[in-house]
Amino acid sequence: MFTWFHKLASPPYFYLLAERLVPWFAWASLLIILAGLYGGLWLAPPDYQQGDGFRIIYIHVPSAWMSMFAYAVMAVAAAIGLIWRMKLAHAVSAAAAPLGASFAFLALVTGSLWGKPMWGTYWVWDARLTSELILLFLYVGYIALNQAFEDQRTGDRASAILTLVGSVNLPIIHYSVQWWNTLHQGPTVFVGTGSDIAPGMLVPLLVMIAGFMLYFAAFVMKRIQVEVLRRERNTNWVQELIDKP
Amino acid sequence: MKLAALVRRDLLLAYRRRGDVATPVIFFVMVTALFPLALSPEPALLRTLAPGVIWVAALLAGLIGQGSLFKSDYEDGTLEQLLLSPVSLELVALLRVLTHWLVTGLPLVILSPLMAMLLFYPASAMGMLIASLLLGTPVLSLLGAVGAALTVGLRRSGLLLPILILPLTVPVLIFGARATALASQGEPVAAPLYLLAAMLVLALTLAPFAIAAGLRVSLES
Amino acid sequence: MKSWHEFISMGGYAAFVWPAYGIALVVLAVNALLPGRRQRQLLRELRQRAPRPGQTP
Repeated sequence: MFTWFHKLASPPYFYLLAERLVPWFAWASLLIILAGLYGGLWLAPPDYQQGDGFRIIYIHVPSAWMSMFAYAVMAVAAAIGLIWRMKLAHAVSAAAAPLGASFAFLALVTGSLWGKPMWGTYWVWDARLTSELILLFLYVGYIALNQAFEDQRTGDRASAILTLVGSVNLPIIHYSVQWWNTLHQGPTVFVGTGSDIAPGMLVPLLVMIAGFMLYFAAFVMKRIQVEVLRRERNTNWVQELIDKP
Repeated sequence: MKLAALVRRDLLLAYRRRGDVATPVIFFVMVTALFPLALSPEPALLRTLAPGVIWVAALLAGLIGQGSLFKSDYEDGTLEQLLLSPVSLELVALLRVLTHWLVTGLPLVILSPLMAMLLFYPASAMGMLIASLLLGTPVLSLLGAVGAALTVGLRRSGLLLPILILPLTVPVLIFGARATALASQGEPVAAPLYLLAAMLVLALTLAPFAIAAGLRVSLES
Repeated sequence: MKSWHEFISMGGYAAFVWPAYGIALVVLAVNALLPGRRQRQLLRELRQRAPRPGQTP
């Protein structure tokens, strides 16, 4: 098994593998997301409380989930990058960060658009939305630090440490915000996130999450290719890559 | 013995640069004084806002002094020597942060009752205010030091450091301000104080590793 | 089943549901197209800098 891990870790191998895999993942994610949207927007029954307004859940929950998943990917990649000094792992972190930030931003926007009809205001200091906002700040911090150094290697390693520090803090932040929120305001019910929602509503949600996961896989790999090219521009395998059309 | 010499050296350096000590303290006083001007001098309002204002001001004052924590040692090569010396870098980092806290964090804690009075914070709760700040400010210093270690190699790291560290200080801010607010209403304060203490222990044990790792990365470049 | 009109109006919440999906479409599209473009840009840039085989710079 270990040789597979080593092979995957070599940039040229990963670059060519990604070149083949990205289209498959991309088209698969498109199909699944369309199926999920059809299920969620057309088939699923309206919510007894929120009517059709709850349908925002089909992008809010998947993007919130992906924003946390992307950070987990970054934390694992940071650890691997620092422990085994694997350049590719840092490229994975650098590739996942903008995607994770986009998902966090999307979760915030859709969350507030969902909040307006439900609570009458675009922003509610709900525990989940607040944690999402802080997660977005962590992403911005990572990206800022990663690009602040001339020597990309130092930038990678410094931001990897920041990611590990952030991942230790994230659960603490989440629970302290939860604690702070229930203190000042009863837990606002985000309908449909528990597993008690009707199957007709839940199935499209799971399909959408699967679609988002595939989307993430496809386009984090494409970004990794870019990050690998940026870091390995002077190596001979990149020269060979360029010479053959 | 070597560690005592290091601590003595740090304190001596801090003493020699007394000016640096004053900046966070003056910043803390000014920021706290701004709020009544911005909001209203009305005691009832200020009393409810006092905990939040004091904690945000202490947090920001603590952060501005952090940028230069390792800067001078990085530039004059002392950091390389420390890296090569048999003393573990983690311990050196911890001592450096604690001496830095003595010089910047502690003055804030000592001054906080005075500022609290400006905001009509009840005198009976001053003890709790000091207790919560005593627990909270070291955590802020430790987190700030992680940011300082990661950005020591950058020319103008001062701008970047708060962006990296502020999200991480949210739990301390939440529980610190909460403890101070509960105290002002005379309610039991145990829960947030225990949590603050737990965060202090966590930061004391884990942060030095992050700081040392950050310094090693910055020195390698 | 549901009429087309009902679907569009989203039970009166159209003003929130459709903008949310619109923004999602934009964010997902940008994140899908941008990396590909940057990859091509980078390859083109590296090709221009690297001398053609047999061509001395």
